Amino acid sequence: MSQAMDDKTQLGFWIYLMTDIVLFATLFATYIILHHNTFGGPGGSELFSLPFVLLETMILLTSSFTAGLGLLAGYQGRKQAVLTWFAVTFALGAAFLGLEIYEFAHLVHAGHSWTASAFLSAFFTLVGTHGLHITAGLIWMATIMWQVFKNGLIPPVKRRLTMLSLFWHFLDIVWIFIFTIVYLIGGEIHG
Amino acid sequence: MNNLLGRLNFDALPDDPVTIGGGIMMSLTGLLVIGFLIYTKRWKWLWNEWLTSLDPKKIGIMYIIVALLMLLRGGTDAMMIRLQQATASGGDGIFTTDLFQQVFSAHGTIMIFFVAMGLMFGLINLVLPLQIGARDVAFPFLNSVSFWLFAAGMVLMNISLVIGEFSAAGWLAYPPLSGLEYSPGVGVDYWIWSLQIAGVGSLLSGINFLVTILKMRAPGMTLMKLPMFCWSVMGSMILVIFAFPILTATLGMLSLDRLMGMHFFTSDFGGNPMMYINLIWAWGHPEVYILILPAFGIFSEVVATFSRKRLFGYTSMVWAIGAITFLSFIVWLHHFFTMGAGANVNAFFGIMTMIIAVPTGVKVFNWLFTMYRGRIHYATPMLWFLGFVTTFTIGGATGVLMSVPAIDFQVHNSLFLVAHFHNMIIGGVVFGFFAGLTYWFPKVFGFKLNEALGKVAFFCWLFGFLLAFMPLYALGILGATRRLDSYDPSMGWQGLFIVAAIGVGVIMIGLAAQILQLAYSIYKRRENMDTTGDPWNGRTLEWSTKSPAPFYNFAVIPEVNERDAFWEMKQTKQDLRAKHYQDIYLPKNTGAGIIIAGFAFMAGFALIWHIWWLAFAGLLGIIASLIIRTKNDDSEYKVPAATIKELEAKT
Repeated sequence: MSQAMDDKTQLGFWIYLMTDIVLFATLFATYIILHHNTFGGPGGSELFSLPFVLLETMILLTSSFTAGLGLLAGYQGRKQAVLTWFAVTFALGAAFLGLEIYEFAHLVHAGHSWTASAFLSAFFTLVGTHGLHITAGLIWMATIMWQVFKNGLIPPVKRRLTMLSLFWHFLDIVWIFIFTIVYLIGGEIHG
Repeated sequence: MNNLLGRLNFDALPDDPVTIGGGIMMSLTGLLVIGFLIYTKRWKWLWNEWLTSLDPKKIGIMYIIVALLMLLRGGTDAMMIRLQQATASGGDGIFTTDLFQQVFSAHGTIMIFFVAMGLMFGLINLVLPLQIGARDVAFPFLNSVSFWLFAAGMVLMNISLVIGEFSAAGWLAYPPLSGLEYSPGVGVDYWIWSLQIAGVGSLLSGINFLVTILKMRAPGMTLMKLPMFCWSVMGSMILVIFAFPILTATLGMLSLDRLMGMHFFTSDFGGNPMMYINLIWAWGHPEVYILILPAFGIFSEVVATFSRKRLFGYTSMVWAIGAITFLSFIVWLHHFFTMGAGANVNAFFGIMTMIIAVPTGVKVFNWLFTMYRGRIHYATPMLWFLGFVTTFTIGGATGVLMSVPAIDFQVHNSLFLVAHFHNMIIGGVVFGFFAGLTYWFPKVFGFKLNEALGKVAFFCWLFGFLLAFMPLYALGILGATRRLDSYDPSMGWQGLFIVAAIGVGVIMIGLAAQILQLAYSIYKRRENMDTTGDPWNGRTLEWSTKSPAPFYNFAVIPEVNERDAFWEMKQTKQDLRAKHYQDIYLPKNTGAGIIIAGFAFMAGFALIWHIWWLAFAGLLGIIASLIIRTKNDDSEYKVPAATIKELEAKT
């Protein structure tokens, strides 16, 4: 019974992740079409700081690694290790989110908000949608850590832990694409 | 106070007589229903038996009730459009331009999102689990959330009639017209958020039903033994999964333009309105096939059953569905050949559009060959099929005509196009769903619908349809564009417009006959009881259980050896009575679905009127409900084997 449930949930979750890929693909396509439309304002190469984004990227990649360690501990039934690794993951995710908010605030403060040009609208929406996913992931992570703490590693909690890890790795992959297409290529074209 | 309520104030109430009339009608109906519930003290029953139910059959019935109510509203809108155009020769017609624009926008939106989609998900909920020999869908709770999001979108859309206004930018709200500069009011926001909320529901349903088909089939039912309706649903759900995220993202971007002053689709600051038109059709074209594929599936079941033959060319049917599913993603540009993408691009999409007609043609021939040398029973579902073949073929032919870019340039956005897509949607989708409703009605309710009234309804729909839309082909060629609120008498169009209006009147008589049919059949239900569970001599598993199907669907999960599993069981005289029963586990009822949708409605309404605190509260409500729901690990209840035995013995 539980095995069948696991199968269904996992397949369903993979399919959900694919729908999210289509959502991001739409935003990526829009960004690629609109990123030259700076309306006389500065483009990506003038606005983005690559070392800063590299720091963000390293933090997120590390968080994916710690989430992996957390899930592994979950399969081995080590409750305390699960809580520790996911606490680290949560902290790294929150740090990433903080840096992203800092970058956004910095841009808006310098007069480059989303209302300035189609390029900036597409940039804020694409990167912001990823940020919203990270936020949702953090809320979810907190909920599940609480369940692990309270109920222990019972099968339904383990199942949710697996889904959460999938989601977290998925966000990492999306970020790699953002890093490449928005920051690396975007910087190159204008530089 | 003004700030707390955003831009909502007393000016939002309607001031023209037509809208006030509509609002009063709607409020009266609502009060009547509430009054009835108070009088009969049925609140508890409604909550326990229906609103919180996770039984897909009950969810399916609720989908269909909502869709039929919306059909009445969308039909009224259609009648208003026809009346306006029949009277608008050289004058103002009977409605104001502003109201007319809202009416045609509402007509398209309602008919596609809340009628066609509602009937489709309703029928899938009713039939799919039964056909694959399952007791439920893969994710019962998600199913309830999907339905209630659909209902929330519907309520939001209809509230625009009383509070504020609806979009006047057409059913797909092209920018820059739908942008803040040209549509500063709440109309487009109502459009965005009712679709956004209903659309998320559809997306979740897509995931749910695909997993259901892939993971929950009865033992022995390999994919190539799947009933054709299930195959068509699989194609349709794959399209939902790939297409609806595009809609979500596109509506999101349009909304950001309007709410936060972004510039995706504005005509200044580097925005690109053409991007919107590409994106909305990258969803919109697959959407057409999302609706038509299940209708094809229904016809495949109906034709085989009423011809007393197995479906001709099963394998080619499956491949045709696959080909249509794939091709429907590479034809979207034919909706705007006139954009000027260049000769090569137009040629590619033109040829792809012609090619997609081939698998569709394969299906039509397969149905005809199924009928060939069959013993055909002309029951109402079969009549809907025959009507479909006629009208759909005409629509298909005009579609292929328009796939030639050079011809499309002549008839683009004309009434020729309007006639074409109504030919596909009414003659294809609607006829298909009506066939399905009549066909599966006894399985759900335990008695058949009245045949005589059903036939009256069918002929009214068929001839009404021809009367209403054949003149539009002619008008389109004569140069009449769509959405005209008036035209010069010298064009000489009025006669044809009057014929078209009469046609819609005939369709309305058909609709009235259907309402009468339903009422009369309920009144006379004892004479049309289905005691066998198999009223049409059916072929697939849903007919192997009794009618109405019990809440657990099957006392014992059937084993499948052949394609038409139940037909084979009947031929080999298999004893279908179970020898021993087992405990059945079913999902408990939950109010979480309706609560989450309630919060979504709250957030949507607040975003439309810029009531930020309420939007935030709605969002928090959704998150909190989801967290509380995931805590619940005890979501199933047991039906003991003894109870099942008792219930089964009752028949």
